Amino acid sequence: MRRFCEGGGAEPPAANRRRAARLDGTLLPASHGCAVAPGSSKTVRGHFVRALLLRDLRLAVRAGGGFGLALAFFLIVVVLVPFGVGAETSILSRIAPGILWVAALLAALLSLDRIFALDWEDGALPLLATSPLPLEGVALAKALAHWITTGLPLTLAAPVLGILLSLAPTATSWLLASLALGTPALSVIGTFGAALTVGLRRGSLLLSLLVLPLYVPTLIFGAEVVRRGAEGLDPTTPILLLAGITLGCLALLPFAAAAALRINLR
Amino acid sequence: MSLTVTDLCCARGGLPVLQGVSFALAPGEALILRGPNGVGKTTLLRTLAGLQPPLAGSVEMGEAAYASHADGIKAQLTVAENLAFWAEVHGVDLPADIYETFDLTDLRDRLAGTLSAGQKRRTGLARLGVIGRPVLLLDEPTVSLDRGSVRLFADFLKERYLAQGGIAVIATHIDLGLEAPELDLTPFKAVPSAVGGSDEAFL
Repeated sequence: MRRFCEGGGAEPPAANRRRAARLDGTLLPASHGCAVAPGSSKTVRGHFVRALLLRDLRLAVRAGGGFGLALAFFLIVVVLVPFGVGAETSILSRIAPGILWVAALLAALLSLDRIFALDWEDGALPLLATSPLPLEGVALAKALAHWITTGLPLTLAAPVLGILLSLAPTATSWLLASLALGTPALSVIGTFGAALTVGLRRGSLLLSLLVLPLYVPTLIFGAEVVRRGAEGLDPTTPILLLAGITLGCLALLPFAAAAALRINLR
Repeated sequence: MSLTVTDLCCARGGLPVLQGVSFALAPGEALILRGPNGVGKTTLLRTLAGLQPPLAGSVEMGEAAYASHADGIKAQLTVAENLAFWAEVHGVDLPADIYETFDLTDLRDRLAGTLSAGQKRRTGLARLGVIGRPVLLLDEPTVSLDRGSVRLFADFLKERYLAQGGIAVIATHIDLGLEAPELDLTPFKAVPSAVGGSDEAFL
């Protein structure tokens, strides 16, 4: 596709040429001082995804972007549990895998409704939909940005919180591995839910109801990995299933999210 | 690349609002859409942009840039960052004189959230100059612009865009000073029982 040249308008020769071209009733040829890009598809699509990812990350760390919100929520929930359950170490260490995983789930849920809602409100979503970036790429970039701002900090903070809950030291590496493998699924499933509910009033409530049941397999196998790690059992099977769920979600859900967005944009 | 619309029928909320819309534009031509509120100007533009499928008819054109009522400007990013983002998403370089063209030179490092409505609008319109698509679909581009900015934008359209072989379809209520044909959409208003009909019989 021919790219329109905006440059060089101030120079008299270029302006003259342009006027001459207009009198002829023909288009300004590409060679006449007008830098015409060979086509807007000159770069690979991954480049566009990166642009959106970087913008979302930048927005997340700016004022009001909500970066760290999920992490703070995670910390508070985990710290609250000993207050509610009591400080008995044996109970805490038994429930630690489940608590850590449920808290991670809820923390991931907290920022889901912002994924598309902000772009919907300021009108950027239709503009993205008409850009060269496919909506599948938009969904993937959004999920990735959500994971980097939510799942990754949670994963890194979890071992420290494991100590607070007297999690068995042998389970720490499994906790790290299970969260690293499982939280991408939380972000991708959440992105799909956000795409389904974008533009709905009170959509974030509906989003929680839609997404939490879909988180169940990840929760079961994620917590199972940590539990087995704590008890010295072999966690290979649950960790493979956890990875399988994440890969399946990554492969399928960006397409589902894009389809949902297309319908919601109509 | 020209724009040809044949017998287009488009719907809003499941109800057909326009039918039988046909027009053709050659490179360098603009079309002004007129009509009272609710006649379907926005719906037509959204259908042309491919955001919603037409009920009937066909649209043939190159890649289009769509500009709606909302600018899609991020309040927490600066003007320059906003424009750079759209340039990158479209895989083009930021034109060097884009800030002068839209009178944004002094504002380029300001956060878009601190701009006035008109300044925001100018930033949104500058996006069109950045991405350089051959067809512009503009929905009320002059909302909240002052008279000087309207002239600035009309000059951009005339000298930088249409003169370069671009095509523009503009829904507006004001006179942009373009020598362009006007299309009043009132005669194309769909009759209630047109293609696609309503679900009334099933309710």
